[in-house]
Amino acid sequence: MDYLEQLVQQAEAAFAAAADSAQLEQAKSLYLGKSGSLTEQLKSLGKLAPEQRREAGAAINRAKEAVEAALDARRQALREAALLAQLASEALDVTLPGRGVSAGGLHPVSRTLERIESLFRSIGFVVADGPEIETDWHNFTALNTPENHPARSMHDTFYLEGHSDVLLRTHTSPVQIRAMIAHVERHKALAIMPDIRVIAPGRVYRVDSDATHSPMFHQVEGLWVGENVSFADLKGVIADFLRKFFETEDLQVRFRPSFFPFTEPSAEIDVAFMSGALEGRWLEIAGCGMVHPNVLRFGGIDPERYTGFAFGMGPDRLTMLRYGVNDLRLFFEGDLRFLSQFR
Amino acid sequence: MQFSEKWLRTFVNPPLDSAELGHLMTMAGLEVEEAEPVAPAFSGIVVALIVEAEKHPNADKLKLCKVDAGTGELLQIVCGAPNAAVGMKVPCAKVGAVLPGEFAIKAAKLRGVESFGMLCSERELGLSEDHGGLYALPEDAPIGVDIRDYLALDDTLFTIKLTPNRADCLSLSGVAREVAALTGVALAQSPIAPVVATIDDRRPIVLDAPLACPRYCGRVLRGVDARAPSPEWMKQRLQRSGIRAISALVDITNYVMLELGQPLHAFDNTRLEGAIHVRMPLVGEQVLLLNEQTVTPAADTLLIADEARALALAGIMGGEDSGITLATSEVFLESAFFAPDAIAGRARAHGFGSDASHRFERGVDFDLARPAIERATALILEICGGAAGPVEEAVSVSDLPQRKAVSLRPARARRVLGVDLDDLTMQSLLERVHLDVRKDGDRLLVTPPSFRFDIEIEEDLIEELARLHGYDNIPAVAPQGTLVMLERSESGRTPWDMRHLLAGRGFQEVVNFAFVEEAWERDFCANEDPIRLANPIASQMSVMRSSLIPGLAANLATNRKRQQNRVRVFELGRCFERKADGQPVAGFHQLMRLAVLAAGPVLPEQWGTDARAVDFYDVKADLEALFAPRELSFERLSDPALHPGRAATVLLDGRRVGVLGELHPVWVQAYDLGPAPVVFEVELDAALLAVLPVSGEISKMPAVARDLALLVSHEVSAARVRSVLLEAAPALVSEISLFDMYHGKGIDPDKKSLAFRVLMQDTQRTLEDAEVDAAMSALVRHAELTLGARLRGAGE
Repeated sequence: MDYLEQLVQQAEAAFAAAADSAQLEQAKSLYLGKSGSLTEQLKSLGKLAPEQRREAGAAINRAKEAVEAALDARRQALREAALLAQLASEALDVTLPGRGVSAGGLHPVSRTLERIESLFRSIGFVVADGPEIETDWHNFTALNTPENHPARSMHDTFYLEGHSDVLLRTHTSPVQIRAMIAHVERHKALAIMPDIRVIAPGRVYRVDSDATHSPMFHQVEGLWVGENVSFADLKGVIADFLRKFFETEDLQVRFRPSFFPFTEPSAEIDVAFMSGALEGRWLEIAGCGMVHPNVLRFGGIDPERYTGFAFGMGPDRLTMLRYGVNDLRLFFEGDLRFLSQFR
Repeated sequence: MQFSEKWLRTFVNPPLDSAELGHLMTMAGLEVEEAEPVAPAFSGIVVALIVEAEKHPNADKLKLCKVDAGTGELLQIVCGAPNAAVGMKVPCAKVGAVLPGEFAIKAAKLRGVESFGMLCSERELGLSEDHGGLYALPEDAPIGVDIRDYLALDDTLFTIKLTPNRADCLSLSGVAREVAALTGVALAQSPIAPVVATIDDRRPIVLDAPLACPRYCGRVLRGVDARAPSPEWMKQRLQRSGIRAISALVDITNYVMLELGQPLHAFDNTRLEGAIHVRMPLVGEQVLLLNEQTVTPAADTLLIADEARALALAGIMGGEDSGITLATSEVFLESAFFAPDAIAGRARAHGFGSDASHRFERGVDFDLARPAIERATALILEICGGAAGPVEEAVSVSDLPQRKAVSLRPARARRVLGVDLDDLTMQSLLERVHLDVRKDGDRLLVTPPSFRFDIEIEEDLIEELARLHGYDNIPAVAPQGTLVMLERSESGRTPWDMRHLLAGRGFQEVVNFAFVEEAWERDFCANEDPIRLANPIASQMSVMRSSLIPGLAANLATNRKRQQNRVRVFELGRCFERKADGQPVAGFHQLMRLAVLAAGPVLPEQWGTDARAVDFYDVKADLEALFAPRELSFERLSDPALHPGRAATVLLDGRRVGVLGELHPVWVQAYDLGPAPVVFEVELDAALLAVLPVSGEISKMPAVARDLALLVSHEVSAARVRSVLLEAAPALVSEISLFDMYHGKGIDPDKKSLAFRVLMQDTQRTLEDAEVDAAMSALVRHAELTLGARLRGAGE
């Protein structure tokens, strides 16, 4: 082996031995630096005879290229190793929990009310609101509930000290009256009044407290008044709603004759699930009926021309059925361990 | 109302099983709440006579009985009951019998003596909880007869919940009439024959208030044995109707009320003086009632009186002094019609009710008084003996309820119900429930019978048609409507948006009662005169809340007791204040508010961030997020609920919309709320307002940012400094924002340093250094002049 070949081998070995780029650059200078071995070889060409110079020059250049190639390869290898080392050192425990804000949630009854609103909005119902301290007239008189009706007694209704004519509303039905009066006023210039289609969710109050009764609870009132609204429509809307609300066809809906002063005919609505824990049991979830003509009159609407249906359902009960809650009082105790389940 | 199915079937016996019969009634509006078997399943138990009862040779407490169970031989049965005695008739479970709970009776040896059966207590048969001894059967119980037959135990107790309009079904005959109409099966009720008077005794009756009582029948009976036992069948039917058997005369009046629906009252005739007056009370007049309560009835409460005194509250309750006792032998029997309006609410005004008032206030058949008194008389004579005088009937025909024909338009009925019933079908449906129907052109004229009080207008008939046709047979149709899109404003957000936003920021929604403890209002709201309930359910729910914050504080306290120290809750709800011209109900301001409370660590316990308690500025960020992109402003506030140095009024466009702050340390301590909870409460409507975005020009020119640190006194607020800077800012300043606040080492202890970044830009050209410098100088100069501020680092 000639001297150049030896040099190339030595250089390759030196580069391979370099552990980092500083050592590599140092090794490079031994061969390719100003006084490196190959640089010295090139400098010594001048001492050779011209005819030898070309051949020796070519040989030195080949050796130089080989050394440079070895250098590049080693540089590349060191860069890759450095990157790998960096990546390895930056590795995270990907199983650690994410940092940041915890989740909150809506009250379970709110979830139900939001669903009810959106389902009824989808067939053109708008949301109406009414006061919770309500007049006796709106809560009872205008709803065709006579003076001596048991519901008017102190046993059932919360009254306010010093006021005989106001009370805490016992149902959301007074919103029917307010909605009708407002609707009639808004459309009085028109020959045909557009249909009233409202739902009124809200809190209501009754003197009652046990595992299935709370002195404050929720109701959703619904009202549809138009020129040809029938009991068959009422049945259709309610059955449709219940199947969509519970997201199942596996549900029986029953309308059972009942009595309310403000509707006639009146019905209680029962549902029975065809599977699950409550299979086969009829559960009362709402009252409904055709709006009583006296109520339409109190709302400023001619009962000969317009008919309508109304319903009042218990979203607390619907919530209990949907999520398997067995004690109504849990809704009003503010216990985060209970409430945080509904996220 | 509760009753026995077997009793009902004596009136009408349709080919339906118990469940089907129950369903039929429910779907006709007589809701069956419960249908319970009278007795659990058992078999092989018969009536037996104890013939011998000796002491057990090997046990003190056991007896060795010989029993005749009608098997032709005496059975030897060991029995531990203390009352087992010779001559007693008892239920006997023979070998092979099965007791409730599938307990089979076998021949056995008890303490060395063979026993062939078991003598039973009421509890062992599942009839009651009585386990004091053997069930003593009446002496005339026939030996060997299956106890299920003898006691009619294969029976169902129906409990029906009647709506107030269906008083006509508050009796067995009323329910039977309905079942007959619905099934087409004939009623097996025999007409009531009058009892011929055998004595002449009569007591005159005067209707002083004929509108309230237009009909009153009375009758004297003499020689009555009030101690005679009521027959077993009657006691059984009463018991199965939930009425305790007391004595024959009382039982008979109750029985007739259940059977026919007519409340009756029996007076001791010897306690009465002169004529019976049905009249309104005199001023201050008192009555001592059967329930030993002395009442002073209101002027509109009808009385039964004689010539000496008031005797009873008519149609509500009899008097203590004039009622029958076991010593009574002369009875004055009352059977009357009291108008619903004259009874309604009167019993309740005295804090009680009765079976009689329940029926009269809903409406009793006004033609029933006479048949009912005849029926009761016949039963009294049969059970208690004696002799009856003639029925004295006082009646004011013109004051009896009128039964006017109600007009029904079949076309309207079809339109309201959405069913295609023809006129003839309607007519026949109505006639089935004893409504009188005449055709009048295209209308039907319908007259209700005397027992119906709920048929006055066309809708009453439409309801009747729906019920008789069957609610199940009315189709459920998808309604047709005019399709008009609902309005959906983009500049109004919904309460749902607010809820989801807060939930997304880690808050849990709660729903608290709107009535609260009076102390909360006083402490948190300085409200000494809250809106009080007249009839609160409990003292801690006695006043209407004027703020949501105390409720949230209570939620915090509750959850802290349950080891939940990190609490983030919110509520949307109404608050109530007095306001003379309040809308929509005068006297009250009823505003929807939204309130938030945060307490404990700002984040749940975790590895990634240093633990830190939530503070004012965390919750302020939540509040600002709720209103974004609109900007709120804040001013120092003094509020009874809040820490005086850490409370702010929340202003939107200069209007006060709420409060923000840390709860006052005094309440934190008093209510055990833990470290420094922070709250805000705002008007919901204010938070719902949004603005429609408007697009502006985006500059292509580079912006210049310069920082400015000013030293000001502690009491000068950051907002004040910023607004002062904005006042002096030339047009090229596009934004001034605070990025640092410092006080402490290195600066005057009376001062703080506020650092602002000032962004400057012109959309058309690049700014020159000179104008930027001039703008910054102008800002500093104005702050120096207005606030006494100094540039930090400038000659300190």
